[in-house]
Amino acid sequence: MSSNKKYWKSVEELNENSSIVETLQQNEFVQEIPTDEFLGDKSSLENSSTTRRDFLKYVGFSTAAASLAACEGPVIKSIPYVVQPDRIVPGVANYYATTIADGFDFASVLIKTREGRPIKVENNNLATSNGEANARVHASVLSLYDSSRLKGPKKGAEDISWSELDKEVGAKLNGLGGKKIVLLTQTFASPSTSKLIAEFKAKYANVSQVVYDSVSYSEALDAYEMMYGERALADYDFSKVNTVVSIAADFLGDWQGGGYDGGYAQGRVPKNGKMSKHIQFEANMSLSGANADNRIQATPTQQKQVLAALYKYVTGAGSKGALDATLDAEVVKAAKHIQKAGSNAVVVSGIQDVDAQLLVLAINKHINSKAFNENTPRKIRQGNSKAVAQLVKDMNAGRVGALLIAGVNPVYSLPNAQEFKDGLEKVDLSVAFSMHNDETASVCNYIATTPHYLESWGDVELKKGSYSLMQPTIRPLFDTRQFQETLLKWTGNSASYNDYIKDAWTGVLGGTSWSQALHDGVLVKPILPKESLEEAINTPEGEVVEETPAGPNVGAAARRLATAKANGLELTLYTKTALGDGQQANNPWLQEMPDPITRASWDNYLTISRADAESLGLINENVANGALNGSYATVTVNGVNVTAPVIIQPGQAKGSVGLALGYGKTAGLKEEMQVGVNAFALYQNQNAVQPVTLAKAEGTHEFACVQLHNTLMGRGDIIKETTLEIFNTKDKHVWNAVPEVSKNHIEYEVTSPEVDLWDEFDRSVGHHFNLSIDLNACTGCGACVIACHAENNVPVVGKSEMRRSRDMHWLRIDRYYSSQESFEGDNAKKDAISGLGSSLSEFGEMEVPSDNPEVAFQPVMCQHCNHAPCETVCPVAATSHGRQGQNHMAYNRCVGTRYCANNCPYKVRRFNWFLYNENDEFDYHMNNDLGRMVINPDVTVRSRGVMEKCSMCIQMTQKTILDAKRDGRVIKDGEFQTACSAACSSGAMTFGDINDKDSKVAKLKEDNRMYHLLEHVGTKPNVMYQTKVRNTTEA
Amino acid sequence: MKQVKYRNSASKLLLLGTVFLFSLMNPVFAQEEAATTEAATAESATGGDVAKGEALFKSLCAACHKRYKKMTGPALFGVADKYEREWIYSWVKNSAAMIASGDARAVAIYEEYKRTPMNAFPQLTNTDIDNILAYVMVPKGPSGPTGVTGTTPTVVDNSGASTTLILGALVLVFLMLVVVLFLVNKTLRSFAEANGVEFAEEEVRTPIWKAFVQNQFLVLVSAIFVLLASGYFVYGYLMQVGVDQGYMPIQPIHYSHKIHAGDNKIECKYCHSSARVSKHSGIPSLNVCMNCHKSIAEVAESTATDEYSKEFYDGEIKKLYKAVGWDEAEQAYTGKTEPVKWVRIHNLPDFAYFNHSQHVSVAGVECQTCHGPVEEMEIMYQHAPLTMGWCINCHRETNVKVEGNEYYEKIHAELSKKYGVDKLTAAQMGGLECGKCHY
Repeated sequence: MSSNKKYWKSVEELNENSSIVETLQQNEFVQEIPTDEFLGDKSSLENSSTTRRDFLKYVGFSTAAASLAACEGPVIKSIPYVVQPDRIVPGVANYYATTIADGFDFASVLIKTREGRPIKVENNNLATSNGEANARVHASVLSLYDSSRLKGPKKGAEDISWSELDKEVGAKLNGLGGKKIVLLTQTFASPSTSKLIAEFKAKYANVSQVVYDSVSYSEALDAYEMMYGERALADYDFSKVNTVVSIAADFLGDWQGGGYDGGYAQGRVPKNGKMSKHIQFEANMSLSGANADNRIQATPTQQKQVLAALYKYVTGAGSKGALDATLDAEVVKAAKHIQKAGSNAVVVSGIQDVDAQLLVLAINKHINSKAFNENTPRKIRQGNSKAVAQLVKDMNAGRVGALLIAGVNPVYSLPNAQEFKDGLEKVDLSVAFSMHNDETASVCNYIATTPHYLESWGDVELKKGSYSLMQPTIRPLFDTRQFQETLLKWTGNSASYNDYIKDAWTGVLGGTSWSQALHDGVLVKPILPKESLEEAINTPEGEVVEETPAGPNVGAAARRLATAKANGLELTLYTKTALGDGQQANNPWLQEMPDPITRASWDNYLTISRADAESLGLINENVANGALNGSYATVTVNGVNVTAPVIIQPGQAKGSVGLALGYGKTAGLKEEMQVGVNAFALYQNQNAVQPVTLAKAEGTHEFACVQLHNTLMGRGDIIKETTLEIFNTKDKHVWNAVPEVSKNHIEYEVTSPEVDLWDEFDRSVGHHFNLSIDLNACTGCGACVIACHAENNVPVVGKSEMRRSRDMHWLRIDRYYSSQESFEGDNAKKDAISGLGSSLSEFGEMEVPSDNPEVAFQPVMCQHCNHAPCETVCPVAATSHGRQGQNHMAYNRCVGTRYCANNCPYKVRRFNWFLYNENDEFDYHMNNDLGRMVINPDVTVRSRGVMEKCSMCIQMTQKTILDAKRDGRVIKDGEFQTACSAACSSGAMTFGDINDKDSKVAKLKEDNRMYHLLEHVGTKPNVMYQTKVRNTTEA
Repeated sequence: MKQVKYRNSASKLLLLGTVFLFSLMNPVFAQEEAATTEAATAESATGGDVAKGEALFKSLCAACHKRYKKMTGPALFGVADKYEREWIYSWVKNSAAMIASGDARAVAIYEEYKRTPMNAFPQLTNTDIDNILAYVMVPKGPSGPTGVTGTTPTVVDNSGASTTLILGALVLVFLMLVVVLFLVNKTLRSFAEANGVEFAEEEVRTPIWKAFVQNQFLVLVSAIFVLLASGYFVYGYLMQVGVDQGYMPIQPIHYSHKIHAGDNKIECKYCHSSARVSKHSGIPSLNVCMNCHKSIAEVAESTATDEYSKEFYDGEIKKLYKAVGWDEAEQAYTGKTEPVKWVRIHNLPDFAYFNHSQHVSVAGVECQTCHGPVEEMEIMYQHAPLTMGWCINCHRETNVKVEGNEYYEKIHAELSKKYGVDKLTAAQMGGLECGKCHY
C-alpha cells in the first residue's frame, strides 16, 4: 500500500454524493437480503420448541443411530410354500404353451415361468403357423405386470363387485324393450367364443356381433369372400416360392397379422447358388421394402396402376392405364420374373381396395402359386369396417340398447371417435371389457375388467385347421374375469370357460388327447381340399376355372384400378414394429425399442421424401448434443388436422407421406408413455391411404433417435455385400476378402498368427461359443432386441436419456442406407476419391442417403473378441475372458472408469449413468413391485456406475451345461442358445459350440460368406457375420 | 521387592493347589448314576408275547395307530376289552369285507374315521394278533412305553450345576485368600515398625513413561508397531463386514437339525429336495414336514434335554400344526394356513450365482462341507464364511468328479493331457473365471 492510487470500482464513484456508493460502503449488498424468507420471522423462531442445540442433538443421534443400524445386516425372511405344487421347484423354470390373441397379434408361444411368475416369451417350435413371436409378443409379458391395469370391475368411476355387476347388467339386458344388443369385439378367431356368442344370441333377443379390427383388413376380407365364399384372408407360405412381388404389402411387418418372416428368410439364404428374388413396390419405407432386392417407389395411386399393369402383363387380360414410363419398365421386369418362375412366384398386396385384392387373388390363381393354399385361409382378421360404420349410425339414431365392447378401444382408434362417443350416450347400457381404464372404458357405464392373456383360457383358429390353445400361466393378479367367463355367467351357464373349451374341443381334438393338445399348445387338422372336390362335381369338363360366371368381375376391377387418379399428396398410415395398433402403449420396452427403419424411439412422426421436405421447408438436423431435431408439419385430411414431427425418410416415394398408428394414447397409461400423435384421427373410413395437404408448423421436435449417421460412407467391410452373380461366379477373395497387413514386405491376412501381436488363448478344450448372424436372413424385425431386454433385465432409460445416446440396449440393429443407388456404388465412389478437394466434397455427399437407397440391417452386440481391447484397459480387471469364448463382465468389480467403452471398437458397452431401478426419476417397470416381477432371477440387476454389456447369455449356456452334467450326457448341437438366437424366427442367428465340429455354427464359421466385423482391428471376435448377397439377376 | 515377589508366587501356588483340590472333587458328583430298571418281559394278562407284539405293531400298525392316542385310526389301548377276540381277528384280516357285510360295529368305525379303510392284513395269524393286542393292552405307565420293553439308562447330567458350584467356591476361596494376604501383610508391617526395622528408601528414578518418550528409537519402533497392529485389526474388522459366519438367528419354529438329521438320521435331501435339481436348496414346504409329523405329534421322553423339555418340543410341533392348519383332534386339515416366515441364514449377495445342484448332484459334495456339522446343530447357524476367498479356495483344492459322467469324458481327457495331471481341480476346469459366478 505504498501508492496512493485510488482504484475506481465504478463510474458511480465519480459522483461524490452518490447514495449507492454510500450504501455500498456500509453494506455489501445494496438491497437488504431477505433473511426472513428463509429464517422466518423472529417470533415464530422463538416460539419453536426446537432450539439449535436440540437440533444438533437430533442430528447427532440420528447419524449415530443410522450408522449403528448399518452395522447389522438386514434380516432376510424366507417363506416356503405351505403346500408346494408338484410341478414347481424353486429355481427351476417351467414352460407353458399358450397363445396371444389380442386382436392384432396372434402367435403360439411358450411362456417361461419362474416360481409361478411368467418372465419370458419364447417361440413355440411345434407351431406350423404363427409360431414366431414378434417384438410386441415378446414384450407382452411385461404388459401383464402393467401397474396401470384395472384392479377390479367398475361402475363408472366406482368399484363394484362382480355379483352386483352381473345383477345390474343382467337386469338391464332383460329390460331393453326390444332394442338391439350389440357385441363390438376384436377378432377372436376362437371357435369356442363363437359358439358362446351364438348361445348368448339365443338367450337374449336381438343380439348382433360387430367385429372391429383397429387396423382394418375389411377390403381384403371382402375380396376373398367374393372369390372363395369365405370371409378370411389369403394365406401365403413364402418358403415354397422363389419369386416374391409385393405391392405395398409389408409382409415382414404386420401385414395380415405378420408371421411370414420365417418362410421368407428360408429362400433368402443362397443355397446351391440360388436364392429368392424379392421385388417391392411401395410408398413408405417398410421392413419388406428394406429387405427387397429391388425396391421401387410408387405412391398409393401408382401402386394401383402398377398392380393393374402387372395383371395385364402376367395374365394378358385387362388393361394398363397411364403408368409412368420408368414404373412401367419395372413392372415389365417384375412380370418377366413372375412368368419365369411360374408357380414358384407369388404376388401379394397391401392395397386397401377390394379391386386390388381381387386382382392379387386372380394373379396367384393364374400362375397357380405354390405359396397360396386356398384351403387354409387365415382367420385372424375378421373386422368389418362397414358394419362398424353402420353401428355408429345406429347408436346415434338410438337403435342400440346395449353395447358390449370387448378387446377394442373405438374411442381411441375410430376416426369418428367423437361421433361414437355421442352415440354411446344414447345407448342405455354400455359395458367395456378392458384391462385398462382407456378412452372407451372410461366413458362406458360399466367396466368388466378382463385379465391379461397370460391369465386367461382360450382357443384360436389361426388359419383353417390350425388351432392354438391359450392357458393361464399365472393366477389372475387382480379381481378380473375374462370376457368369455362373463358371457357364460350372463347366459346362465355355470361351467367355467376352461371346461367350456374342453367341451367344445371334443370335435376338434380327433385322436389327440386334451392334455397333449394343451401341452403342445397347437393342433393342426388336415383340411381336405373342399374346393377342388366341389369343383370336380360342379364344373363341367373343359370349362376354365377363371370363367366361373358366379365369380367376381376381375376384368372390371382391373379397369377401375388402371384408371386410379392421384389427388395431390397421399398419406399412408402404417403400424410400427414397436407399438403396432397401440394396445401395448404402456409397455416401456416397446416404447424404447428403436424403429428398425428410422431408429427413432418414443415417437411417431411423418415420414416424407427429401424432395417434398425441401419444397415445404421441413428440416431434420443433428444438434450440438448429438441428437436429432425435426420440424413439425400439420397434416389435414377432410378438415381434420394433426400436427406431427417430420422425419425425412430416404426411399419415401415422392408425393407420399407416412404416419404410424398406435401412438398418442392418453387414457389409462402413465404420463411418460403418452408420446406421439394419434393418427387414427386421419384413418377415415378405416382406409390407410388418404389424400392430404401438408403445411409446415411452428416449433422444433426433439427426437430420441439412436442412429444419426445413416450411411456407410463406402466402408464396405462393415456390411459386406455382393450380388448373387458375383457370389456364384467369383472366388471368395473377390467378394469377401480378408484384410491384409504387411510384415517384412510380405502381405499377410490379419487373421494369420504370423501378424498377431497377442498370445493366442487356447480354446480347443471344452466349449467355444460362437454366434453367426446371417445378414441375408435378418429382416431387422427387432424380436431379438426385446428378447434380450427380457432375458437380461436391461433397464429402460426414457426418452430424454435415449436422446442423449444413453440407451441400454445390449443388442442393437444398425440400419444403413446407401448414398448411391447401391452400396456397391458407394464403395466405387469412395475408391475414386483422390485429393483434398475431392474428399472434402464427395465424402460430404456420401453422408446423405440416396433417395431410393439400398438398405442393410446389422445386429450388433458385444462381439466377445478373443483379443478384446476392453479387457486390457480395465484398471480393476472387471472384464476378463473366459475359456468358452465369452467376454465376462463382473459388475461387482467394476468401478465405472468407462475405459472399456472408450476402447471398444464396436461401441457395444453400456454404462449405468443412473440407478434405473427403484428410482422415481425412471418411473418404468423397475420402479414398482408389479413391474419387477418380470425380472429374470438368474441375472443381476445392475446398479448405478457400472458398465454392462451382452454376456452372450452366459446364464443360458451355463444352465445348458449344468443340465447335461447332471444327466451325465454330451450336449447336442442346438441345445446352446442365447435369448436373441432363440427369438430369431428367420433363422438369421445361429449359436453354438465351434469345438463341436459337426455343429451348425462350426460349419457356418467355415462358410465362404463368413466375415468378422472390423476384421482389420485384429480383435478376433466370437460373433461372425455372413456376407449379404443381393439377387440382382434379371429375368 | 524380592520378598513381595516370593510372596506372590506363594499365593499362586496356594491358588493352584485349591483348584487342583476342587478338580479332584468333581468326579465325585459325576459318578452318581441312576439305577437301571429291569425289563419286564412278562406274559401279559391277555395272553400274548408283548415283545413280539411290539415288533409287529411298529412294523405294521404304527403308521396309522397309536396306543393311547387317536391318529388316522383309533387309539388301540383297551380295544381287547371293547371287542371280542374273534371280531378283532376278522376285522384285522379283512375289515373291508366286514364293512361290506354290514356289520354294525364295523360300519360305525368306518364312518367315524371318515371312511378311511384300514389295510387288510391276511398274513397275520391269530397268535400274531394276540401278541399285538398284548402289547397295546399294556397300560400307560408313568415311565411311558419304554418302561415295558427294555431299559433306558437315564443319564443324570449334573455337569452344568457342578461347574457353577465349583466356580462359586473358587471365587469365595480366592476372596478369602486376598483378605488373608492383606491382613498378613499388614501384620508383618506393623511388626516391622514395632521392631524398628527400616525400609530402604527407593531411588527416585525418571518415570518410565518419561524415559520412553526420551528414547526416540523406542518411540519410533512402537509407533510403527501400533500403526501396523491397528492396520491389521482395521483390515481384519473391515474384512468381517458382511461376513455373517456364525449367524444364528432365532427362528419362528425351533427346528432342531440335531434331532432330525442327527438323532433320526434323516437324509438332508429328503427335505431339501430341490438341492438336487435347482440352484436353491429350498426350505421344505410344510407339507413335507407333515409327511412324518402327521403321526409324530410329540417327541419321545428321551428327546428332551435339560435345555429343551419335552413340553417345549411338543409346543413347537403344535406351531407346525397351526401353520399348516392341521387339526389334531379331527386328524384333518382345516384349510387355514399361515406360512412360516423363516429367517434366512445363508445369504449370498445378488451378484453371486450359486447353484446347489451343481455341487450336490454333479460334484457330489456333502452338504456338511459348506454347512458344517448340521446334524449336531440344535439351532442352525452359518458355518462357513461364504466369502469369495472361501469359494475359490475350495475350487482350487477340489477335484472334479468326472467318473461315470459322459459329459466330462472328452473334456477331461483333453484337459488332463494339457495340464499333465490325472485329476482336474475345479479351477483347472474353469471354475475360477469371473463369469462363471458373476452374471
